[in-house]
Amino acid sequence: MTDRKDHISRRAFMDELQRYRKGSVTRRHFLGVTGLGAAAAALGAAMPILRPRPALAQSIGDRVVLATWPNYHDPANFEAFTAATGAAVDVNVFGSNEEMLAKLQAGGSGWDVFVPTNYTITTYVSEDLIEPLDLALIPSYDPAAFDPRFAGPGTVDGRTYAVSKNWGTTGFAVNTSQLGGAPVPTTWKEFWDMTRDSFSGRTMVHDYQLTTIGNALKYFGYSFNSVDPKELADAEKLLIDAKPHLFAISSDYQPAMRSGDAWMTICWTGDGKQMNRDMPEIAYVLGKEGGELWSDFYAVPKGAPHREAGYALINFLLTPEVNAREALFHGYPTADSRVNALLPPEVLNDPILYPAAELLDALEFGAAVTLTDPNRAELMARFKAA
Amino acid sequence: MTRRDIRTWLLVAPAAAWLLVMLVLPLVVVVVFSFGERAEAGGYAPAFTLDNYLNLGARATAFANTLTLAPLGTLACLVLAYPLAYFLAMRASPRWRTLLLILVIVPFWTSILIRSYAWIFLLGGQGIPSLLNALGLGSPRLINTPFAVLVGIVYGYLPLMVFPIYVSLDRLDKRLLEASADLGAPPWRSFLQVTLPLSMPGMATGSMLVFILLMGEFLIPAMLGGGKVFFVGNALVDLFLQSRNWPFGSAVAAALVLVMLVAVTLYMRFTRSWAGTRDDVSLM
Repeated sequence: MTDRKDHISRRAFMDELQRYRKGSVTRRHFLGVTGLGAAAAALGAAMPILRPRPALAQSIGDRVVLATWPNYHDPANFEAFTAATGAAVDVNVFGSNEEMLAKLQAGGSGWDVFVPTNYTITTYVSEDLIEPLDLALIPSYDPAAFDPRFAGPGTVDGRTYAVSKNWGTTGFAVNTSQLGGAPVPTTWKEFWDMTRDSFSGRTMVHDYQLTTIGNALKYFGYSFNSVDPKELADAEKLLIDAKPHLFAISSDYQPAMRSGDAWMTICWTGDGKQMNRDMPEIAYVLGKEGGELWSDFYAVPKGAPHREAGYALINFLLTPEVNAREALFHGYPTADSRVNALLPPEVLNDPILYPAAELLDALEFGAAVTLTDPNRAELMARFKAA
Repeated sequence: MTRRDIRTWLLVAPAAAWLLVMLVLPLVVVVVFSFGERAEAGGYAPAFTLDNYLNLGARATAFANTLTLAPLGTLACLVLAYPLAYFLAMRASPRWRTLLLILVIVPFWTSILIRSYAWIFLLGGQGIPSLLNALGLGSPRLINTPFAVLVGIVYGYLPLMVFPIYVSLDRLDKRLLEASADLGAPPWRSFLQVTLPLSMPGMATGSMLVFILLMGEFLIPAMLGGGKVFFVGNALVDLFLQSRNWPFGSAVAAALVLVMLVAVTLYMRFTRSWAGTRDDVSLM
């Protein structure tokens, strides 16, 4: 991806990892050449348990359970974490914050780390479901390096409950080769109108109340976060009307978009970037009316069974070298200036990752009320059951 | 109480305790919850209201889908399983029979989730439709339709239908068929008047097994229906795992149990009255 010296490409990294596993290179060589050495040294100083010595690997246990979103991590980083600590990463993928909240409310989720979005954190705190983070265990997190606009929601009443993972936008992806010469749509109005017309049977929406209801609200120019019964009723009418024209309701839309079964979908930044990287005909569009601006976090649920390993994983993933490789893989921007310093300029100038100011200004952060509002929850369930 | 009584009680006790804890108690919880209210952030808050039951109409489509596709899927399984079971029991050479029977079970060795994923690709635009297109037969939409769900159901549940039918055909006294032939019945008549009625218990058991499981199905519609072909099972997953409305979810679950009880009772009545008209067949 780049020949800069301060981080190595994914392919080269995997090669090094294979060599290390087969025993053809030493751990020292592996850590040095991959840039993990610097990370491990920093970790080792602050966290003796992470010092790369197999005899000590057992002290954080042999596994760590992570609940996260689709296409949101570089598997090579997990393998490196396992190689360095002995803890295998068990990944559970979710399509909505509501699903994560439901699991935690029911109890016994078994997660050590999960990835909530900005608007959910106050609810997790008031429901007593997450613990205030012990930042001494996450030395690679440097609050000063993070953009407070995106990292801020992790702190509630002066205590840090969650540390910033990535931020991004929710727009839509459209396969331009299916437009038949028509101009690329630029608004949510066009999104829903095309869905019920020329793209009938080819559009996907998230299985997620915030974005699917939110962007139906944008069709009418209402707030993305509205809980006004009349405005929600309008959105419901639109959704029910569009439902027979949908290809599917799912938050895992890449397979269908890539195979050509679906032509348009509500889409997050990184998925847009990943698809556009492999299939340039798939464009990522932010609706002019607005939509969602979001930031995701790492948090630790109360009673995490492998708590120590959870903290070690967060610390590892927030190490700038590791985080930069994550960003290059999944295509979501980070709020960490130390990571940005490691990213090549073409990434930092990418219009999918860093949209123009006027498009960004129209976006709204999700509001906490949408997570628990019974009308929005039931509207989504009714729409799916219709 | 005699010693014998005590021994019987001791033998029954573990099973009774198991049923009480694993079946009766959860059902009681469901019924209690179904009269409650959704807590502020989701979950259950104690109350006594009938609202959840009055709101059941909001899931009418899910009930309608389930009550159409479950019987249809059962019927499709029956029609496809019978010839297979017949072949295995009556025609296959004993040398191959065991191997063929194992082949019927082999799919069960892999998770239904993975096998459904395979069907996503087979039924997707690049799969069977593109093959049909290459043959000039048009390119129909298959994935995320009720048809796709039906295919998944038949694929997933076929073995459950094959085995009971196979067993009833295998146990069939072959001398009856010889007698039928000796008395001058052509093969089709022997089949209709001897084989088919005598395999009725297997068909009844298989159908019951498949139907009951299908009524609670949610995975196949979720995977092959793209969230558009919605079963009651999917409504339940949604209510508990997304919108966190446990009381309404409990009411839907209670309604599903009730619908199932009615359907199974009707089915038993029907098969019993059918068997009652003949003295040569006993069911179950």
